[in-house]
Amino acid sequence: MNKETTEMDPRFKIAHREAWMGVGIAIVNFLWWFGFAYGLGARPVEEYTYIFGLPDWFFYSCVVGFILMSALVIVVTKFFLTEVSFEEEEEG
Amino acid sequence: MTNMGVIIPLLLLLIAIFAIGLISSKRMSSGGNFLNEYFLGGRELGGFVLAMTMVATYGSASSFLGGPGTAYTVGFGWILLAMAQVVTGYFVLLILGKKFAILARRYKAVTMIDFLKVRYNSPAVAILSAIAIIVFLFSAMTAQWVGGGRLIESLTGLQYTTSLFIFAISVLVYVIVGGFRAVAVTDAVQGAIMVIGTLVLLIGVIIAGGGIPAIMQDLLNENPRLVTPYGADGSLTAAYVSSFWILVGVGVVALPQMAVRAMSYKNSRSMHRALIIGTVVTGFIMLNMHLVGIFARPIMPGIDVGDKVIPLVALEVLPAWLAGIVLAAPMAAIMSTVDSLLLLVSSAIVKDVYINFIRPEATEKRIKQVSFSVTALLGVIVFLLALQPPELLIFLNLFSFGGLEAAFIWPVVLGLYWKYGNKYGAIASMIVGMLSYIGLHFYNEANGELFGVHTVTFPIILSLIAYIVFSLAVKRKAYQF
Repeated sequence: MNKETTEMDPRFKIAHREAWMGVGIAIVNFLWWFGFAYGLGARPVEEYTYIFGLPDWFFYSCVVGFILMSALVIVVTKFFLTEVSFEEEEEG
Repeated sequence: MTNMGVIIPLLLLLIAIFAIGLISSKRMSSGGNFLNEYFLGGRELGGFVLAMTMVATYGSASSFLGGPGTAYTVGFGWILLAMAQVVTGYFVLLILGKKFAILARRYKAVTMIDFLKVRYNSPAVAILSAIAIIVFLFSAMTAQWVGGGRLIESLTGLQYTTSLFIFAISVLVYVIVGGFRAVAVTDAVQGAIMVIGTLVLLIGVIIAGGGIPAIMQDLLNENPRLVTPYGADGSLTAAYVSSFWILVGVGVVALPQMAVRAMSYKNSRSMHRALIIGTVVTGFIMLNMHLVGIFARPIMPGIDVGDKVIPLVALEVLPAWLAGIVLAAPMAAIMSTVDSLLLLVSSAIVKDVYINFIRPEATEKRIKQVSFSVTALLGVIVFLLALQPPELLIFLNLFSFGGLEAAFIWPVVLGLYWKYGNKYGAIASMIVGMLSYIGLHFYNEANGELFGVHTVTFPIILSLIAYIVFSLAVKRKAYQF
């Protein structure tokens, strides 16, 4: 028992890993959003092309970006998150 | 009145929503401890309701009226900015996550302040947090009430004061009778209305404008900068827009109205479902609503009060009855935000101030009475404040969010994940965060944004430094989770 008090609750290891995943997804999200918005959007307006009527920088950054992030969140949730119990099993 | 065709469907829908909330909350009520039930819904939320209550709480007047109104004025650059909010859909739940859910249960925490109080074992932390919540959420609430009043005003043609009064009464009755679970269930229905309503409105606007390419051509003819990321006058810099990732994106983790939801769900499965639903729904609503704002520009030029763009364009492009149903979406958004904020401020006063410091031995019955009267009294005060509305409600709203984020983000996040975080760090971080936010706000107002980024940026960095330095310097000790 003594050893266990110094060791972390195994559920917290899972929680820490999942929090880092959250940070990771957010970084991917930001890079995609920023890259397309200011990478394509910085050109002169005359050079913009239009996809479904929307300016290309906006279409890739916001529309495709949103769909991609949703897909990423679904994949991460389905395959990488672990179900744990929130109740206290052995506390003393 | 000509608007009756709009008002009646809207009213019916609102009544129906509230009835669903009240009935289902009564049915689900497990009759446990009053505080846990009234302020937290007994930690029983499922995935769908959890996601929707987060979206609806967060998607407030600013995303339905202020935001699209600004997109109308500024152009696509503002939609880009608004899309930073997609991150809130997954970030809040993943970062606070399972550790917060487990610890909140272990600590028997009903509010975010409870959590902080036990984690740091410090009444000072609790009192400071309660003050921050009461002060800052008050301004947020006022902004929402102004939005609600404005919306009723532009729909009915009634005077602003009368509109505000109608709004206040309906919110107050609901919150006092229902509590957290009714609010959460209602949020779920309202969230669904927002999803459908924004889509219908977007389609209506596109048809009225003659298709997206035609609208785009009109915008280009008027001012080509409207379709760039830099705003109508070219003043939206990449640094400024990116800094909103802190304010409306990752920083949202620290908002008490979001954190309290992150301790209210039933189990891991609810959380996983909510992650997916929350992300998809947030992105969908934000994208649609802001596109409506900018697409409305060629259809209805010359609207000068941004908050009125959405109501006016809905009345213009949709048949009356449909406009009534669609406008229930912003109405729903505002109400659900106000419901949650009202409940939160009153929980801060009742639970964190009254029970902790004034009468720890208060009986259940007494607590109940105090909860109801505090909630009602708060409603009256906010009503009086909202009578003199400030012009652009989005900035008032953002002011209060930023202040709360600067105060709470590190005490909450590092309190969860960094074992050396202690109460000295937390207190220093909150004080530095709040004071530097308020100071910088006025500096920026007078001199323009410091280094071209939003006010929230530096206070968040300063409060991080304060947290780490004070935690390590004063009585450093590892915390046993």
